[in-house]
Amino acid sequence: MKTFTIGGIHPPESKLTAGKSIVDLPLPRQAVVLLGQHIGAPAQLVVERGAVVKTGQLLAKAGGFVSANIHSPVSGKVSKIGEVTDASGYPKPAVFIDVTEDDWAEEIVRTEKLERECRLTPQEIVAKIAEAGIVGMGGACFPASVKLTPPPGKKCDLLIINAVECEPYLTADHRLMLEKGPEIVIGIRILMKALGVDRAVIGIEENKPDAIELMRHLTISYPAIEVLPLQMHYPQGGEKQLIEAVSGRQVPSGALPIDVGKVVQNVGTVFAVYEAVQKNKPLIERIVTVTGKSLKNPGNFRVRIGTPIADLIEAAGGLPENAGKIISGGPMMGKALVGMDVPVAKGTSGVLVMDEAESARKPVSDCIRCGKCIGACPMGLEPYLLSALAEHQIWDRLEKEHIMDCIECGCCTFTCPANRPLLDYMRVGKAKVGAIIRSRKK
Amino acid sequence: MNAILIALIVLGGIGLLLAIVLFSAAKAFKVEEDPRIGQVQAVLPGANCGGCGFPGCRGFAETCVKSDSLDGLRCPVGGDDVMKQVGVILDMVPAESKPKVAVLRCQGTCERRPRTNRYDSAPSCMIASALYGGETGCSYGCLGLGDCVKVCQFGALSIDPATGMPVVDEDKCTSCGACVKACPKGLFELRFKGPKSRRIYVSCRNKDKGPVAKKACETACIGCSKCQKACEFEAITIENNLAYIDFNKCRMCRKCVEECPQGSIVELNFPPRKKKEDAASVAEPKAAPAAEPKVAEPKSAPAVEPKVAEPQAATVAEPKAPAAE
Repeated sequence: MKTFTIGGIHPPESKLTAGKSIVDLPLPRQAVVLLGQHIGAPAQLVVERGAVVKTGQLLAKAGGFVSANIHSPVSGKVSKIGEVTDASGYPKPAVFIDVTEDDWAEEIVRTEKLERECRLTPQEIVAKIAEAGIVGMGGACFPASVKLTPPPGKKCDLLIINAVECEPYLTADHRLMLEKGPEIVIGIRILMKALGVDRAVIGIEENKPDAIELMRHLTISYPAIEVLPLQMHYPQGGEKQLIEAVSGRQVPSGALPIDVGKVVQNVGTVFAVYEAVQKNKPLIERIVTVTGKSLKNPGNFRVRIGTPIADLIEAAGGLPENAGKIISGGPMMGKALVGMDVPVAKGTSGVLVMDEAESARKPVSDCIRCGKCIGACPMGLEPYLLSALAEHQIWDRLEKEHIMDCIECGCCTFTCPANRPLLDYMRVGKAKVGAIIRSRKK
Repeated sequence: MNAILIALIVLGGIGLLLAIVLFSAAKAFKVEEDPRIGQVQAVLPGANCGGCGFPGCRGFAETCVKSDSLDGLRCPVGGDDVMKQVGVILDMVPAESKPKVAVLRCQGTCERRPRTNRYDSAPSCMIASALYGGETGCSYGCLGLGDCVKVCQFGALSIDPATGMPVVDEDKCTSCGACVKACPKGLFELRFKGPKSRRIYVSCRNKDKGPVAKKACETACIGCSKCQKACEFEAITIENNLAYIDFNKCRMCRKCVEECPQGSIVELNFPPRKKKEDAASVAEPKAAPAAEPKVAEPKSAPAVEPKVAEPQAATVAEPKAPAAE
């Protein structure tokens, strides 16, 4: 069975919620919609305080080519335009909407009926995806329409659908495939048309045999779509790792997937594309896995963007007394939150509640140069060296050692026998070197 | 015997030959250097702290010798004494300048700034600030992990175990500016030491709106602009809900300190106030719960060692709390 070749680890799966069907979460009393939910320029606000908005109405327009529209996930009155602490741990601009009833914008088709035919041209499809504000739902939140617009001179030869979900605990994509399989297949065909490719591969890790079986069954009449089971191997859901696993090609340092003729889209994004193109529905809700060993009722929820994390945890049985950390995302790449007021954003794939014993950091000791982190790094970097360079703020050397190739997967920290916070230092270094590179370009 | 002799002659010959080569090379490729560079370097403190803005003391000495005047060149560690000596060597007059000292613009001790979460990654302010705003509701304040203490070469900074915040020893501080660069929150500022080391400054960097700032920290500047109105010398500016005192304009009248409802403005090394009644009467009318004793205030000695005059509790009495949004 295929996988990528460099590094990687095998963390415990802990997929507690794999058998739990998706449940609709009730509307929040107040939705807090962040203006910067994507990579790129923050969106520009188009509503004012006091405005009455409908579900699906545009709240903020994309602030550049790499940016995304933001729509109202609820209907109600804009009560405040202020700041809220998001997953980054800093206050960020947001729109506060007091929810009244669920009054949807007229153009959105709300029936469950499967719309199989899409007669739009590729340009129209991409425009519709951009209009709907769809971003990569795997967590990186890169605007989907940008990926679907290859730069001049570059051609995509293979569309890869990322249904790997290698992150432990998370089951949102898994459940989505099981419950919305036919829609996803139509979404893949829409994306293939938009990109002009004649082949697509759905990469699924072998720990989801039911999803592999179902997708195979659903794609039986479309020979252009192949379902490829992959060996379990973290971080296979990383774009570059998945491309290697599926096609055998490595993306060079500093290059983009399109440079090797590949475009990768998450299965959650594909479903959002189906809804946007066939049902005119912007990206206003997503599937979030709320999980944790000490939660009473962990599950998969369909949640409106802007719902406070507190509502999700309440739905999962409330915050257990021994809760140590609340993590947005999975245990490997997620971020510990500072509070439960943090709202769900487009990239919130999961909420993980860890108990105190589970979340406690083990005592740190000195690096013994054992090289385990180098063996685990899926990008072929030397984390022990990078973290030391970042600690001593040697930025120029860090750049030469390819810090910008780090995908922040956390394999190095996971594998370190001395429990060193390698990734913490590397993230600081990456941010700093990134800023230096950007300032040089200006 | 013969073997030893041959060895001596051969080795001695090689040695002599190489000595001639080295000597002639040294003559031929001699680098002419201004002898004054060495002299200037000798009078500099030799801390290589970079506080002057040049790479080490040698770099500063080279720049001094090359330039036509000493304007803008100053060794903050050596101060006026050293600059005078440099001036004598180079036959130039150094620009006199008042000595500076680093001040920490945060008073958010554990008592005043309630913790909202717990940090458990590496003990480094750099990492903590990259990860999030900090352990309290104030994302501008001191993280207390001591990056400033690590970079101070003069032992002028230490973390006070009682408050968990750094303390500047103003006798040891040379105003090299290393802490200013190291603090990811930009809390340190080099301010003039002032007459008799007396200084007044706004000890806060919180740019949140009043109610938010007040909720996060008892001593946060809420941008109420009372100090600005009280100041007769237009030394105080308010930007982004945060007051700043321009030390070039400040005349040390201490009126702003009396006015500040939050106790964000710190006065250092002043003698105790004489007219206690006066100060109390300023605060009383607007502060109904003035009698409520404030736990944190009396021992407020935030940035500097014991010499600090104790601000009176009455002067920092709280006004009625704005509705906490």
